[in-house]
Amino acid sequence: MIELENVAYSYGGGELLSDISLKLAAGSFHFLTGPSGAGKTTLMKLCYGALSPTSGTLRLFDKDVHTLDRDEIAQIRRRVGVVHQDCQFLDHLPVKENIALPLHVSDRSNEAETGDIDDLMHWVGLTDRAAALPPELSGGERQRAALARAVIMSPDVVLADEPTGNVDWDMSQRLLRLLIELNRMGKTVLVATHDLSLIRATKSQVQARVLRIANRRIQLAGADL
Amino acid sequence: MLASRDRHADRVVPPSGFTAQLTLFAAAAMAFLAVFALALSLASGRLAARWGDELARSATIRITAPQDQQSAQVEAALRILETTKGVRTARALTDAEQQALLAPWFGADLALDTLPVPRLIEVIEDADGMDPAGLRLRLAAEVPGAVLDDHSRWRAPLVSAASRLRTLGWTSTLLIAAVMAAMVTLAANAALAANAQVISVLRLVGATDAYIAQAFIRRFTIRTLIGASAGMALGMVAVLFMPGGNDETATFLTGLGFQGWHWITPLLVPPLAALVAFLATRMAARRTLETLT
Ligand SMILES: Nc1ncnc2c1ncn2[C@@H]1O[C@H](COP(=O)(O)OP(=O)(O)O)[C@@H](O)[C@H]1O
Ligand SMILES: [Mg+2]
Repeated sequence: MIELENVAYSYGGGELLSDISLKLAAGSFHFLTGPSGAGKTTLMKLCYGALSPTSGTLRLFDKDVHTLDRDEIAQIRRRVGVVHQDCQFLDHLPVKENIALPLHVSDRSNEAETGDIDDLMHWVGLTDRAAALPPELSGGERQRAALARAVIMSPDVVLADEPTGNVDWDMSQRLLRLLIELNRMGKTVLVATHDLSLIRATKSQVQARVLRIANRRIQLAGADL
Repeated sequence: MLASRDRHADRVVPPSGFTAQLTLFAAAAMAFLAVFALALSLASGRLAARWGDELARSATIRITAPQDQQSAQVEAALRILETTKGVRTARALTDAEQQALLAPWFGADLALDTLPVPRLIEVIEDADGMDPAGLRLRLAAEVPGAVLDDHSRWRAPLVSAASRLRTLGWTSTLLIAAVMAAMVTLAANAALAANAQVISVLRLVGATDAYIAQAFIRRFTIRTLIGASAGMALGMVAVLFMPGGNDETATFLTGLGFQGWHWITPLLVPPLAALVAFLATRMAARRTLETLT
């Protein structure tokens, strides 16, 4: 699915990430952890083509990102659902239309009319908020709306960057459960979080691997969390 | 690109009241000016052509001589003209015609033979035109009372002024189109900047540049089309009600307007304005989107 080979990234100063080799296999569940500022978000952005490695090779769906043009990147975004750290929406459109947005932009508007979107809204518990505008949503509702939008295209990969960043413990448990369910349906899931207790709490429910960014490099963390 | 299946693409960009009004207004004003610039260009083009054509092809010979020699000198002048290269026809004006020419000054019941009025010979040139200097020399030698007036002394600056005016008119039309493009580019850039979040959300969920650009392009093209149509309509009404008169006495000012098929040209202003808006917005959108991830 997503494959990094000796990838390095720098925003212009020194290297933020160096020599990263990583393979997200189909159907796997990974946590990405590390202190704030370690480069978790940066690595996520590399994984959906928002950034291009400054050196090394990054393959998304077996294609080298350096060879992709802008339209091909757009195609890849339709196969990768992203939940951003600070999820943004089209603030003038109701939640339901925001969730259906990926269908509209990829010429699949007719699917927005089917019941699937209602099932999805029900699954994330936003049925009652369908007509609300995004600025009216709470933090947890925003995260769930972003998750619903990320999976409406039935993507192969779901990337969630601090999905539990500004929600309470119960809500973060709920979001994690939704991500675990997605993984059981066969999606490849990568969740970035600096919250280790969250990782511990999910250990029993899913076969997850924990990647840790430390000293610009990535390590596979042991079971000793 | 502007088909209705893209109605949703339209909705993804929030409506913007004030810039929309400004774009409409600017498009209307530009179209209004364009109609006048077109009227000016076409009218001065017409004048240049008519003056250049008609005046260049005719000349007058005035024969002032004692009463008893007048007809002999007219005969002599006509003989010379018969053998002059570039002259198609030459004929002496009849008494009736001369009287008609003088009537405005001396009244209709003027008796020509009581006054020492010069005789006039109308000379029509052929396509090649004649050599006025050569003709003057020959007339001076054989017809002492003849003066050739080939109109060119006052015609030349008028014709060149009219064609200069036409050039200025077309230049203004082009400048108006360029200003329209600049105005739409500025407005589109402002809209693109104001909607940075919308654009990044759309990119994130897999929208192509073409899809994103389309929402902006459609908007500015339609706004410009509507504004320019209103401006053109007002401009045409204004031109229509210019005090006029299309007879021989029409001067430049009263002749400022459209004639015949020229009335179609202002109708081209709105579609051309829309085309300019389309291209300007597309370029602005491409430039902006290419800098984003
Ligand atoms: N667009 C950017 N330009 C320059 N530096 C950046 C940019 N984005 C992030 N950084 C820097 O890169 C480092 C890692 O950021 P980030 O990937 O967001 O870390 P994390 O998500 O782990 O907190 C931070 O020091 C941050 O200041
Ligand atoms: Mg981060």
